Amino acid sequence: MTDTSVRAPAVAAAVGGRTSWWATADAVYRLALARGRIARGPLLFVATLQSVGILVLLRGVVRHPDLATSAAVVAGGSVLVVAFVALNLLAQRFGAMRASRSLDYFAALPVPASAVVMGTAASYATFTVPGALVTAVTGAAMFGLPFGQLWLVVPAVVASGVALSGVGAALGLSLPRVELATVAGQLGMTAVLFLGLIPAGHLPLVARGLRQAVPSTYAVDVLAAGLRGSATPGGVLWRVAASLAYGAVTLAIATRAFRRAVAG
Amino acid sequence: MNGAAVTVREVTKTYPDAGVLANDGIDLDVLTGEVFGLLGPNGAGKSTLVRQLVGLARPTSGRIDLLGHDIVARPAVAGHLVAYLGQDEPALLDLPVHAVVATTGRLRGQSRRAAAAQATDLVDELGLTAVADRPLARLTGGQLRHACVASALAARRPLLLLDEPTAGLDPVARREVWAAIARRRDAHGVTVVLVTHNVIEAEAVLDRVAILDRGRVIACDTPGRLKAALSDDVRLDLVWRLEPPYGDPTVAALAERAVVAGRRWTVRLPVEQARAALGRLTTGAAFASLDDFTLATPSLEDVYLALGGGDDDLERA
Ligand SMILES: Nc1ncnc2c1ncn2[C@@H]1O[C@H](COP(=O)(O)OP(=O)(O)OP(=O)(O)O)[C@@H](O)[C@H]1O
Ligand SMILES: [Mg+2]
Repeated sequence: MTDTSVRAPAVAAAVGGRTSWWATADAVYRLALARGRIARGPLLFVATLQSVGILVLLRGVVRHPDLATSAAVVAGGSVLVVAFVALNLLAQRFGAMRASRSLDYFAALPVPASAVVMGTAASYATFTVPGALVTAVTGAAMFGLPFGQLWLVVPAVVASGVALSGVGAALGLSLPRVELATVAGQLGMTAVLFLGLIPAGHLPLVARGLRQAVPSTYAVDVLAAGLRGSATPGGVLWRVAASLAYGAVTLAIATRAFRRAVAG
Repeated sequence: MNGAAVTVREVTKTYPDAGVLANDGIDLDVLTGEVFGLLGPNGAGKSTLVRQLVGLARPTSGRIDLLGHDIVARPAVAGHLVAYLGQDEPALLDLPVHAVVATTGRLRGQSRRAAAAQATDLVDELGLTAVADRPLARLTGGQLRHACVASALAARRPLLLLDEPTAGLDPVARREVWAAIARRRDAHGVTVVLVTHNVIEAEAVLDRVAILDRGRVIACDTPGRLKAALSDDVRLDLVWRLEPPYGDPTVAALAERAVVAGRRWTVRLPVEQARAALGRLTTGAAFASLDDFTLATPSLEDVYLALGGGDDDLERA
């Protein structure tokens, strides 16, 4: 290797620094959003229709629902839109990225893996806001609930999105096949459906414990309180904080799954 | 003097699930400011080696240093030093070309404005302006690869690792990529490692080349010296229009040594014999049966064949 003639570099190239968490999440958010404009409209429509359909069904079945039951059902249905996207679609998306090896693109860049997961998840969650809002408004009208605190649908979407998307991402990143990830996401959504829609008081004791373990429960409760017209700032804050704590844990799991999915 | 930008020592990589030994004791030094090539047939272990260099895969054993950083111990550092173009499907298929290049720049730490401005320059430099607003998913295979090269060049890095950057590109696009690589080396001292199947590319752009076969480096030097080391045989190619005239003593003699592929004969001979044989053929009766002929000094392809590679592994165009 001594006498190979190579021109000396004119300028030493700079060593790049680490791209900040927010810049990464922002760039990933934008690119996932651009992607979503093409593909996600119909899926969101389906998700919203599904939730509204369930509410219509329950309205027909349950004769004289009390306020607590009505609020729980409508809140559960609204958060279900988020669950559909965060669990089902996100698991599929990350499963597909893993299968096509396109995770390498991100893994070879100086970016935090958690920001890639979060940016993607956030863009998916953004799409759910209109769907959750439509579901909440329709539901509140159908069940004759007060509209005064309906704005709580926004923190509820954010809180449940943060809490659940780590789960969806982790499923997609750790299951060996896209099909399995899709099935697992679907099962997770079913759990959210049952445990979120049925008012806690009507659940057997075992299921009540399980309900507290589902990351989106706290967001459902925030919105339910709002739909009863009895949300308090303290109650909203601690439940949102609980959702974020869940989100931090599931995001950490998803980040590990990301690293593991890349390392071959 | 230039130090080594990349050092690879005794790197072995097995894929236990598949029972494959993909890299088998690889030693390499790539010098700063060098355009270094990895040439070899399918499955030789080129991509496996490159993925380990960027920290995407972990060597089973061995050591890899990039600009003095131990990549095996701290794979995440590679992202700060290397611009990488993978062989596989790209991640941002739904985005338009310009946005892909800009996004890569942003993810390498550029501000949004700087990334957008640089993307415009890169798209222009690589001759992609006509497709700048088209999503990757709606490009042809060659255009897609070309766009991915532009994306890999976003935001400068001291090391450029490109896995088959010109696969599927037409000759014009290929030259644009070669020129872009050369500019980065000449103006900014960027060190380049690129994987290729193409002997023309290898001879045109590489300062040095390592030939890989079955996970091992079977030769490593400048293209010129590799060729010089290979005896002074030359290659005589004959293409027959008609049935070769075996009655001709020169034709009969060549037939014994020729590698035959349809109507094409390839014969390797010492230069004097080749010249004499070609002289007799072109002045004698056999000439009427001859469609085309070439006499060529050894190419990297011949080096590769002489080292035991297969005949169909490499691209020549
Ligand atoms: N993830 C993997 N799991 C199992 N085996 C693998 C994996 N990746 C590569 N291999 C095997 O390792 C060997 C080397 O593969 P590699 O991709 O490094 O070859 P290559 O030289 O890049 O080939 P090509 O020119 O076709 O791209 C091959 O036998 C391949 O089948
Ligand atoms: Mg390869």
